[in-house]
Amino acid sequence: MAIALSSVTVERASDSGKLGGSPVQYPRRRWSQGTRHTINGLLFASPWIIGLLVFWIYPTLASAYYSFTKYNGVMNPQWIGLDNYLDLFTDDDDFRAAIYNTVYFAVVSIPLAIICAFGLALMLNAKIRGQVIYRTIYFLPTLVPEVALALVWVFIFTPRIGLIETPFRFLGVRGPCWLTCAQWAKPTLVLLALWIIGQQIILYLAGLQDVPQDLYDAADVDGANFLSKFRNVTVPILTPVIFFHLVTSIIGALNFFAIPYIMTGGTGFPANTTLFYSIYLYKNAFQYLTMGYASAMAWLLFMFTLIVTLIIFRSARLWVFYAGGEE
Amino acid sequence: MAVESQKAQPTIAHDRASLLMAKRIRGVIRSALIHASLIPAAFVFMVPFLWMLSTSLKPDVQFYSYPPVLIPSPLQWSNYPDAVTYITFFLYLRNTITIAVLATIGVLISSSLVAYSLARIPWPGRNFLFILTVATLMLPFQVTMIPLFIVFKNLDWVNSWLPLIVPHWFGGALYIFLLRQFFMTIPMELSEAARIDGAHELKIYYSIILPLSKPALATVAIFEFIARWRDYIGPLIYLSDQKLYVLSLGIYEYRSQYGAEWGLLMAASVLITLPIILLFFFLQKTFVQGITLTGIKG
Repeated sequence: MAIALSSVTVERASDSGKLGGSPVQYPRRRWSQGTRHTINGLLFASPWIIGLLVFWIYPTLASAYYSFTKYNGVMNPQWIGLDNYLDLFTDDDDFRAAIYNTVYFAVVSIPLAIICAFGLALMLNAKIRGQVIYRTIYFLPTLVPEVALALVWVFIFTPRIGLIETPFRFLGVRGPCWLTCAQWAKPTLVLLALWIIGQQIILYLAGLQDVPQDLYDAADVDGANFLSKFRNVTVPILTPVIFFHLVTSIIGALNFFAIPYIMTGGTGFPANTTLFYSIYLYKNAFQYLTMGYASAMAWLLFMFTLIVTLIIFRSARLWVFYAGGEE
Repeated sequence: MAVESQKAQPTIAHDRASLLMAKRIRGVIRSALIHASLIPAAFVFMVPFLWMLSTSLKPDVQFYSYPPVLIPSPLQWSNYPDAVTYITFFLYLRNTITIAVLATIGVLISSSLVAYSLARIPWPGRNFLFILTVATLMLPFQVTMIPLFIVFKNLDWVNSWLPLIVPHWFGGALYIFLLRQFFMTIPMELSEAARIDGAHELKIYYSIILPLSKPALATVAIFEFIARWRDYIGPLIYLSDQKLYVLSLGIYEYRSQYGAEWGLLMAASVLITLPIILLFFFLQKTFVQGITLTGIKG
């Protein structure tokens, strides 16, 4: 959406450009008005131009270079060609585990998050009492610092004795082993990630409140029932929000770091099932000091993110609906 | 005919009344059903914070008691004074606030200047710069993480707060984007008129645009402050001297190889979380506007 929308906003920018470019008489004219605007524009933007160069463009290029070297951050980087990439794909079980875990997490948690956030927003939008209170409560977990959240989850999900065991004890059965065994660790993390969808709920709710009432009225005249109104009015109008949620949550899943890292100390315990891509990358960079190798991982991640977002942006034409046919 | 209509009238009115009644009953049932699913959801969403609060007021023996105790009696308030002395809590608090405040001031000044340039000054290349800005939002932080670390290491900035503060003085892509969108909604005629009066851009920026953009600036300030308050990976990479630690790193010290001081840990977690929750309660409108501004218009 950012690209699609940016084209809209860019258009608007050039509109305003025309406005700004209309002949204005300045009292003093040392430079032509255009030159003046260019100088001012560059001056005002200069912090970010420097920031882009120093904190974004240079590091991105340097990272590409490091990815072809053996580099421990202290000695000079040593050119080794494609070796890092070859090693990653042929000789690294942890890398494969990290990819599997990350993809699993993304594929399972994102659809669930979309359904839950959308569903809760739909119910909140039903003009019920206490909407603001519910919204506040759903938003609460996203405010808790990740460190505190991760630790309180560890505490609640302590097998046998944690708070989570309560319903199981009540039924007289044993609960799962949650974060401590290989088959449950990842599903538990997926479940935990559903706690932090407050921002998405707010987005869907705002989207729902923007749905023009006359569309529903028109549907009523046509005798549409609840389900067909949902399918033919609500969902299409909210596809831009779903699209935004999809793109940001894919990027978020690929960067999933703090919570599993805090929970396990980055060990990937149990049996590498919580070793996510970002954690493995971090460990290579700052624990094993194989920074060239980690840079190769970072660039693969970059390429992957780029390809996935491009595919989604391309597919947006097929399923994302923009009101007013702007796109 | 007149007779007929008179006869028909009561039945229609009756029908209408019963229809209304049915509609009202349906409405009540519907909202009851909705509340019946929203309330359990609300409970689930509150659990982490409620349990944090509850545990922070419990003696050790009650941590895992069954059935679980939500409101401990007696309330063990001593966990709080113990928590702030078990680790150097106030030092970490001061460090966290210092970093968050300095970064927030920096990001506000720089991002608003840049957004002003992109939204209010027509110059060639500003669209290109804007597209670059949006593009950086897509770039995973891992790509720049290692070279930046090397740069800061060569500057001898590692193990100081500088890497956590200085970059924010050069603008943040998301905030530039957000402020630009907001600045564009302010009528251009205001700038035109001021320019005709001979006002310099800097004067237009701080005496016209900034005062009109208080809500957007507040959103940026809150978002950045909370982001820095919660930041984990930045301090993890750059801070190794315990004296420089922030709360998100310091909170680890309640954990030992023998387990954790859960009561103290939860008390500290409540203390860390509370300021953000208070901010949220008082500035809820700004929050929601900010989220929808970055999301829907983004």
